Amino acid sequence: MTAAPMPISGAVNAPDNRPLLAVEGLTVSVNTESGLRPLVSDLSFTLARGETLAIAGESGSGKSITSLAVMGLLPPPAVRITGGMVRLGETELTGLPEAQMQAIRGNRIAMIFQEPMTSLNPVLTIGTQLTEAIEAHEPLPRAEAQARALAALQAVRMSEPARRMRQYPHELSGGMRQRVMIAMAIALRPDVLIADEPTTALDVTVQREVLDLLRDLQREMGTAIILITHDMGVVAEMADRVIVMQAGRMVEEAPVRTLFAAPKAAYTRALLDAVPRMGQGALRGAGAAHRAPLAMLRDLRVTYDSRGGLLGRVTHRTHAVAGVSFDIGQGETFALVGESGCGKSTIARAIVGLAPFTGQIEINGRPLGPVLPKAARRDVQLIFQDPMASLDPRMTVGNLVCEPLVIHGIGTPETRRAQARDLFEKVGLSPDQLDRYPHEFSGGQRQRICIARALALRPKLIIADESVSALDVSVQARVLELLRALKDEFGLSYLFISHDMAVVENIADRVGVMYLGQIVELGTRAQVFGNPQHPYTRRLIEAVPVPDPTHIRTQTTRPSGEVPSPLRRLGEVPEPLHLVDIGDGHLVAR
Amino acid sequence: MAAYILRRLVQSALILLGVSFITFFLLYVLPADPVRQIAGRSATAQTVENIRQQLGLDQPFLVQYWRYLSGLVQGDFGRSYLQKSEVSVLIAARLPASLLLMAGAIFCELVLGLTMGIIAALRRGTAIDQSLMIASFVGVSAPQFVVGLLLLYVFAVQLGWFPIGGYGTLAHLVLPSATLGILGAGWYSRMMRSSMVEVLRQDYIRTARAKGLARRRILLRHALPNAILPIIAMIGIDIGIFMGGIVVVESVFGWPGIGQLAWQAIQRVDIPIIMGVTLVSACAIVLGNLLADLVTPFIDPRIKVR
Repeated sequence: MTAAPMPISGAVNAPDNRPLLAVEGLTVSVNTESGLRPLVSDLSFTLARGETLAIAGESGSGKSITSLAVMGLLPPPAVRITGGMVRLGETELTGLPEAQMQAIRGNRIAMIFQEPMTSLNPVLTIGTQLTEAIEAHEPLPRAEAQARALAALQAVRMSEPARRMRQYPHELSGGMRQRVMIAMAIALRPDVLIADEPTTALDVTVQREVLDLLRDLQREMGTAIILITHDMGVVAEMADRVIVMQAGRMVEEAPVRTLFAAPKAAYTRALLDAVPRMGQGALRGAGAAHRAPLAMLRDLRVTYDSRGGLLGRVTHRTHAVAGVSFDIGQGETFALVGESGCGKSTIARAIVGLAPFTGQIEINGRPLGPVLPKAARRDVQLIFQDPMASLDPRMTVGNLVCEPLVIHGIGTPETRRAQARDLFEKVGLSPDQLDRYPHEFSGGQRQRICIARALALRPKLIIADESVSALDVSVQARVLELLRALKDEFGLSYLFISHDMAVVENIADRVGVMYLGQIVELGTRAQVFGNPQHPYTRRLIEAVPVPDPTHIRTQTTRPSGEVPSPLRRLGEVPEPLHLVDIGDGHLVAR
Repeated sequence: MAAYILRRLVQSALILLGVSFITFFLLYVLPADPVRQIAGRSATAQTVENIRQQLGLDQPFLVQYWRYLSGLVQGDFGRSYLQKSEVSVLIAARLPASLLLMAGAIFCELVLGLTMGIIAALRRGTAIDQSLMIASFVGVSAPQFVVGLLLLYVFAVQLGWFPIGGYGTLAHLVLPSATLGILGAGWYSRMMRSSMVEVLRQDYIRTARAKGLARRRILLRHALPNAILPIIAMIGIDIGIFMGGIVVVESVFGWPGIGQLAWQAIQRVDIPIIMGVTLVSACAIVLGNLLADLVTPFIDPRIKVR
């Protein structure tokens, strides 16, 4: 499906139709010790009624700062507007007194944020938080405000809205919380809705629902949307017009089809090239079919107990992994995909001995018991999602890379240092930077440091747990390229864990699709992506936003995206799925 | 909930058992001899020995402890060596005064500490913030007898707003509870400041602003309940700190509480009173913590007692 049928150039062609929101020469600067540093420079754009304008760019491009500047929510006192103006209708917003700005915020311009998990107040009920937003702008009796809040929850297709009003945010899933945020934003029918990465933190099927919801609401209410995103797929599906930003400046502005068909700026072209696309993986040729297995998992189970009652006995059990078997061949990239809570990361934790498991894990012919011998740990290394959080900020990166060698008592300080220099070159960093600290590097560089550290022990298997998910697309593409190159050079195998279908399709040889602790489909990349058989696999693939505005989305039924809980009462065991070989090792749950 | 409270009470009983054992043991190995205190300097060796036997202090440690414990489970705290009265009666007569003092102190801590902390957080980086934090630093570091004497001199002697000492009216309560609470107020203002600064940075505060809520409502309805959570846990712990403080404060202001009772008993090695006061204090600390843990779920729905 393409964008809503709105006149794309309406604002430009019809002079009597004044833009709803106009930003002219906006400059936002941060006060640093060395004076004012611009975060956004000389940005101008307009927004017409009912239009969706996407502001796209990578981290540091100033896209979020722009939205906060429009809302008058820049973090004082360091960051402020130092030039230009923002006009809503006839009202000049820059320099408007706080009391008047308050009346506009949430009423005429509303905003939804990236992190639904942290954007709602944990100690207040959903009902309170919705109702107070309404009461802040309209003098209504409490009962009437509550009725309006309830109606807003119904408008965002929330199940059991009356019960939700009494619930607290922690009782709702991420997707439901984002619906609450949207309900809060649309409750007063604002003229402008700013959505700052509204689906980035959500699973792909939930993202699909939220995007559909935003589009439907816009069609019903005629709200103008500023959509801030790094995801070109989301841009292609949602936007009428696109602004591409880089380092605080607009590099290109075009209607969405023009932008994707004929990007003018070099940066836009690079950005679009870096976007992982479904279907590209098929071009790389099939991975070698049968290889000697390096890792073997048989009927792996990981459960967590919940205790309750007077004596703290186990009453419930979370079946995080409920009987999973697969092999990873020598030199193979095996990917596990699935949505949050499906148990894919728990498998990684079990393999490295961080989660107690039952069943069988064999690495390189060596069975792993509940206690992992130190030597066995050398064969498997982990790379995590957040490189900053997994690097000790008080250690130099050189020491960080050497640390695994120190722990395993390998080499002397001199040889370790030499090896670190060598590894740094291998991952594309300069060995001169060994004595610096993690904060001096960019996100992509930090992930390279993590990769160098994982390589230090010459492991056979590297588990990459969402290792590229937090990176900008252009950085992501380069890190994936690096992982591919290192695999051949070091003879590695990967267990690649990701929620991102497009990335998996690009890097994996074989793929396992997980749902509620079990594998529902397993096969080569070509089998799973080219001929998906399980309904859940199909749903995952269909939900991925396609970075092509001319792509026609086949309208499938809208399934509820809520995954049931893997928490079960003691004694209840999830029903085991039987995988059937439908040909050539392509296993599908029946 | 009931199961949780019951489990916590069982835990508390075990804690009290441990406290009683350790205190009893420490008093047993103490070189000071209670019998000498009772008998006086001029007593003969025979008299001393008689008293020792009479009090059972000639028995081995475990026997003594067992006897004390058996009495304790029947609610018998023993008799004071010197005051010729039941320990339970002595404590019961003085406990209300001390509890009143502590309640006053907690009130002072919260009102002073939270106000200072919130103002400092809202005016972060300004001169107001800095002077408040210096004031709280003084509150934390000044010895309580100095603070007590200072308050006495200024507000009772010079200004004559409050009585110099004694017990009875609300006016009597003000200076002692302020003295006792000032240390905690210093702590709380620093904790509240950092907690508040942290909370004001949270995404949900930004959401509240984006909704167009008034500043006042954001502060009172959204920030405060979240910021106060770590402080509540502290109040339970504070009761333990008060137990040390009331000994000093009650002496300075002539407040007839268990602090004074304990102080006299320690000087005269009156073991039953020391034991009794220690156990009652331990009880107060345990209950205070339990209470704090029970209140928290009402403010933070994410916390469920189990």
